[in-house]
Amino acid sequence: MTHTRRFLLSAASGLALIAALPASAQEFITVASTTSTENSGLFGHILPMFQEETGIEVRVIAQGTGQALETGRRGDADVVFVHARAQEEAFVAEGYGVQRFDVMYNDFVIVGPSDDPAGLANATDAPAAMAAIARTEASFASRGDDSGTHSAEKRLWAAAGIEPVGAWYLSTGSGMGATLNTAAQVPAYALTDRGTWLSFQNRGPLTISFEGDPVLFNPYGIILVNPERHSHVKAEAGQAFIDWIVSDAGQAAIAGYQVGGAQLFFPNAQ
Amino acid sequence: MDGPFATAISLIATADDALLQIIGLSLRVTLSAVVIACAVGLPLGAALALARFRGRGAVIVLFNALMGLPPVVAGLLVYLLLSRSGPLGSLALLFTPTAMIIAQTVLILPIVVSLTRSVVEDLWAEYREQLTSLGASRLRAVPTLLWDGRVSLLTGVLAGFGRASAEVGAVLIVGGNIAGHTRTMTTAITLETSRGNLGLAVALGIILMALTLTLNAVAWGAGQWAKGRLG
Repeated sequence: MTHTRRFLLSAASGLALIAALPASAQEFITVASTTSTENSGLFGHILPMFQEETGIEVRVIAQGTGQALETGRRGDADVVFVHARAQEEAFVAEGYGVQRFDVMYNDFVIVGPSDDPAGLANATDAPAAMAAIARTEASFASRGDDSGTHSAEKRLWAAAGIEPVGAWYLSTGSGMGATLNTAAQVPAYALTDRGTWLSFQNRGPLTISFEGDPVLFNPYGIILVNPERHSHVKAEAGQAFIDWIVSDAGQAAIAGYQVGGAQLFFPNAQ
Repeated sequence: MDGPFATAISLIATADDALLQIIGLSLRVTLSAVVIACAVGLPLGAALALARFRGRGAVIVLFNALMGLPPVVAGLLVYLLLSRSGPLGSLALLFTPTAMIIAQTVLILPIVVSLTRSVVEDLWAEYREQLTSLGASRLRAVPTLLWDGRVSLLTGVLAGFGRASAEVGAVLIVGGNIAGHTRTMTTAITLETSRGNLGLAVALGIILMALTLTLNAVAWGAGQWAKGRLG
């Protein structure tokens, strides 16, 4: 039965091909982080410096904050690096994380059509700006994905005493970039972190409509996933990354990252 | 503006390391999944065509239906299986190319099984008397039938390749789109779209389609050559 032999031979050689592929032997950690840090290019800037210094490769999975914390809860990451303080503190309190460290902050801005149909230029603070959008029923594109940005948006609506419902309120259920793509097309207002906005290329008619209120402050925290909960967590290498990022070298690396001459993140480790 | 075609050509011309790595990984993952799906699916499909057992109809319907399994659902199932909190967590396979190969194999296998079953069933109906008169049992007839049906089977294998190379939902969930490690053509396109780099995203799409086109042309050429040569 030459056909049998031919068939088995090709199947075997195919499997051998897969088995022969090289596996990376280098030490690495997995970091669950947010789309804002990855999409803005920050990791591309700072991770090579860390790897140079320690030889540890950092593999970043960019998710929304809610999903990144879930990845940590399941033990699928060694470190989480996110921006939703209340959720982060709950993560540590539940025993999934060891300790939360301040790393850096940037701020949120409200972007919208340059003709400013809701008149955000006259708003006195961020909740007033959100209230103006709701009052005029100008389109607003929301992340709607339990991300850090979505959490911040919900806090602003609550501060304005508004339940956002209606045809003007578009819950995209997607990442920051996808939401900005939607907002540019509608066009609609949207809440975005400044880092993603500055490095975003497809702005269309969008411009910054409101900025500068201290409640738009957007702090990032870093947490080692608890090795007592998940024994396989690479605690030593993960902690080395945390130690580096809050060290002078790591903080200087963050401060040194610029897009178009503007600094995106401001280090604030203690 | 330069346009996506110009971007695609300059990307290829500069042979950017990161791009080559992404293309290499995409091909490695998808081709591995195709090979595994064929190694399992061809014999399984043939067995399903020739064997007679209770519930055979149900199995056939199941495999046919699984051809419509949404990639994101396949990805989610493999994710839950391979997650550290899942049954196979100790293997530490989540967020690796191996996890992506597993997810894509799950997507392709039903196509290979169903198409093989259909091709072999038809051939068996046609050559049954001839083969049995030569003393071949159903089991021993399988390799001959597979070999005779190779040109039709190739179409099924290419359909499987197309499904795997085009999908993003499964590899994004189980691979994590990690730069330099699990980033494929489709996840890179998703990422660049979300960064608003629509030109670069389209350029990557053009390169992916060019690769798919080349592979299909080679397969078709090989099929024609085999037909002409072997009758």
